[in-house]
Amino acid sequence: MQKIKTVKILKFYPEKCNGCLECEKACSQIHFKTKEGGDKSAIRILKNKDGYQMNVCDQRGLCLDMCPVGALTRRKNGIVWLDKNICIGCQACVGFCPIGAMRKSDARIEPFKCISCGSCVRACPENALELVDKKINEVKEVVYHNLGV
Amino acid sequence: MVKGQVPIEEYKTGNTKHAWDGKKIKAAHKILAEYTFKNDGITHGYANKTLYINLSKAMIKEKPVTPDMKKKFTGGRGFGLKLLWDSIQPTTRWNSEENELIITTGPLCGTTQYAGSGKSLCLTISPSTDIICDSNVGGFFGPYLKFAGFDAVEIQGKSKEDVVIVIDGESQKITIETAPKEETNSHLLNEQLTHMYASDDSDTSRQKVSVVSAGKGAEHSYWGCLNFSFYDIRRKVPRMKQAGRGGLGTVLRDKKIKAIVTKVDRFDGVSNNPADPVSLAEVGTKLHKEIRDLDRYQCNMRAVGTSHLVEIMDEYDLLPTENYRFGSFPKASRIYSPRFYDLFTKVIPDGCWHGCTMACAKTVDGFTVMTGPYKGEKVTVDGPEYETIGCGANMSLWDPLWILEFNFYCDTYGLDTISTGTAIAFYMEMYEYGILNKERCGGLELCFGNAQAALEFMHRIAQGDDNEFIQIASKGVRRVKDWLIKKGWGDPNLINDVGMESKGLEYSEYVTKESLAMQGGYGLTLKGPQHDEAWLIFMDMVNNAIPTFADKAEALHYFPMWRTWFGLNGLCKLPWNDVEPANNAETDEPAKVPGHVQNYVEYQNAVTGWNVDKQELILQSERCYNWQRAMNVWLGRGCRTDDWIPYRSMGPVTEMEYLSRSERYDKQLVEQLNFSKKEVQAMDTKTKIKIIYDHRQNQYQKLADAVYYRRGWTPNGVPTPQKMKQLGFNDATMLSMLQKKIDQDEKNGLNVWGGTYADDEKPPTDEPRYWENW
Repeated sequence: MQKIKTVKILKFYPEKCNGCLECEKACSQIHFKTKEGGDKSAIRILKNKDGYQMNVCDQRGLCLDMCPVGALTRRKNGIVWLDKNICIGCQACVGFCPIGAMRKSDARIEPFKCISCGSCVRACPENALELVDKKINEVKEVVYHNLGV
Repeated sequence: MVKGQVPIEEYKTGNTKHAWDGKKIKAAHKILAEYTFKNDGITHGYANKTLYINLSKAMIKEKPVTPDMKKKFTGGRGFGLKLLWDSIQPTTRWNSEENELIITTGPLCGTTQYAGSGKSLCLTISPSTDIICDSNVGGFFGPYLKFAGFDAVEIQGKSKEDVVIVIDGESQKITIETAPKEETNSHLLNEQLTHMYASDDSDTSRQKVSVVSAGKGAEHSYWGCLNFSFYDIRRKVPRMKQAGRGGLGTVLRDKKIKAIVTKVDRFDGVSNNPADPVSLAEVGTKLHKEIRDLDRYQCNMRAVGTSHLVEIMDEYDLLPTENYRFGSFPKASRIYSPRFYDLFTKVIPDGCWHGCTMACAKTVDGFTVMTGPYKGEKVTVDGPEYETIGCGANMSLWDPLWILEFNFYCDTYGLDTISTGTAIAFYMEMYEYGILNKERCGGLELCFGNAQAALEFMHRIAQGDDNEFIQIASKGVRRVKDWLIKKGWGDPNLINDVGMESKGLEYSEYVTKESLAMQGGYGLTLKGPQHDEAWLIFMDMVNNAIPTFADKAEALHYFPMWRTWFGLNGLCKLPWNDVEPANNAETDEPAKVPGHVQNYVEYQNAVTGWNVDKQELILQSERCYNWQRAMNVWLGRGCRTDDWIPYRSMGPVTEMEYLSRSERYDKQLVEQLNFSKKEVQAMDTKTKIKIIYDHRQNQYQKLADAVYYRRGWTPNGVPTPQKMKQLGFNDATMLSMLQKKIDQDEKNGLNVWGGTYADDEKPPTDEPRYWENW
């Protein structure tokens, strides 16, 4: 654990976004081999009153301690990774993610999440997305019941 | 203490490590029987077959599950009742050749998306009660049994030597193997077998094995529980959950079964093959989110499990202390949940089945054992849960570490903590009165608070000590009552009033003196005094929401039926009302948690593909509930006299009890029994106790009248053939047996109401043989 110091997470520049959702389409291509985007994309671009906002995993890893079978691990590159061959589809991580970034599509029982692969960054015509390095200690979060009764 | 996000392989418990030569142990096995089967997979929650094993004949076969069986018995405990009915006789007792040990699953069992979905239901004829005992237990065995291909396993007959039964879903083979070299006590045996039968030397493989065992204590007492293992990949130990009540482990060891092992090669989130996995995941995730947001403000189960109840029960005078004499105690804060929270391991998924985010199965890791054969070793203690801590209070043990010690040895010896604790508390009270003493207790100083003596008692049970007291005391409160009375050592009334058992089973850990409905919740039950049928104390005593007999009877109809439903489906009751939707208090019937009832309707429909509503859920239970009562009648029990409860659970037996709460009882004499304050002041305590005694005994009989009527039974508590037919049963043997019993009761004058009614009161009906018109 100590060996891993940084992790790449997505940074969003809302002022550049035009809402074309090319990022979602690229993401669903990675996860489900389809250009549908939407529920099959780990990154979501949502319209709000001022423009657009992004919702995606920030690799805080709160879910790591939720997984009963060890399907969720922090990989060497710091990414929180869901191994769908180990996953038993319990949705505990989906239910407990405080920002709703662990996603479930109707297509299969195992959830999926952002793996910082960068395909959305490459797909964005407006350069509104960027992968940036963050110190894990700054993003890390553990389940609440550690905080006391 | 661990701060979280520790990689699984780096997690350490500090437990004592064991080095066994698994190959050598396994090499000593001799295969007595072998059977190859084909796993046909699961269709909408059902494997559609059950497994039958006869140990005397070394026979293994499969039985089909018919659509009719599903319709009438749903699954789980219902299937267990059906299998028992087909296999035993009215004369069958716990140690009879034909008695069975049955472990069933249920159609929703093994689902991972909805919290609390991994329960197994175990049934047998109990050594404590001579009637059917059913016990609901977590751990991986049930789900794995089903994923291996069976909705249930029933084991009949007895082996001549110690065996393990292996249900291997990977090679699709079942074997009965002799097991001469394994340990017997569960914390060691489960670890040995988990390592021996895992496909390879990895935690992932070990997690796909589950073991059922009991220990040395189960062999020598009537309190044997079954330990169901679930391998924890972080702690790297097979943890255990207990099918505690009624002596199931005693039956396991009587059959010379050391353990039952089941394993699967793989399973995933849809192994239960739900009809509608999308809706299932939606309803499951909805509950996960509720638990995430609300648990910490409601029951705090994720942090401390059921131990949060200790402080609540103490506050409301419901925590059994010194054999239920009192409901609270000045020292009780020493065993409140924060004391256990300090000891529990944190930041680990603690569900006893995958996906249970209620996660109440807490453990203390690296606990140093203080007495007995494992003294000095460091072990993982599963628990303690509320009931076990309540046993501590009952024995007047106010040190969390001694409660852990008691918990650890109960588990590994295969002793039910509830029965053991409640019984020891009774022996301690007898000791205080001099009815028992050091000599009569085989040298044990069993006085309240003597943890060492309590543990020594358990060690001597496990050793099979032949001292008269150890022999009888390990068979439970009822046998000891009879023994003490026979010896003429004490007042029989006192002994009968304070020994907390009904039907031969020891009480679980709630004081029911001020809640008549809950007295019924313990007494008017199928298997004995266990709160899994109803927990009505707050509804009744605190909120006064069910004031009349008819109200109480309605609650004692609805809640037992509702809670039975969990057992038919392989579910845990806790996620129903130990977390409640945020708007629950604003609903019509908050006690029923309507939002969650609706979840269960959707859940059952999503798995099975049925289209049921909430009334149908109750009907599913009503069928099995009545069937079980009818089977109890068939076994010669299941009548009003069998629903007797000891007076300690109704009111103050001794002067000390009365005086400790005299303000309350004096007030009741005035408000409920219409004495003037002056009259009450003039009475001595004995007189007041007697008046309250007579009143409360009569109240209980009136309650039984109302409940029997509501449930569709005769005034003697017998389910009627008319009711059974209404529920869809047409089994001629059952119907004619019930009719015969009712006719006999009629002849013996037993079909009459039990309560004595004042002029302005009425029994449930004046109509004789009212059930014939239904």
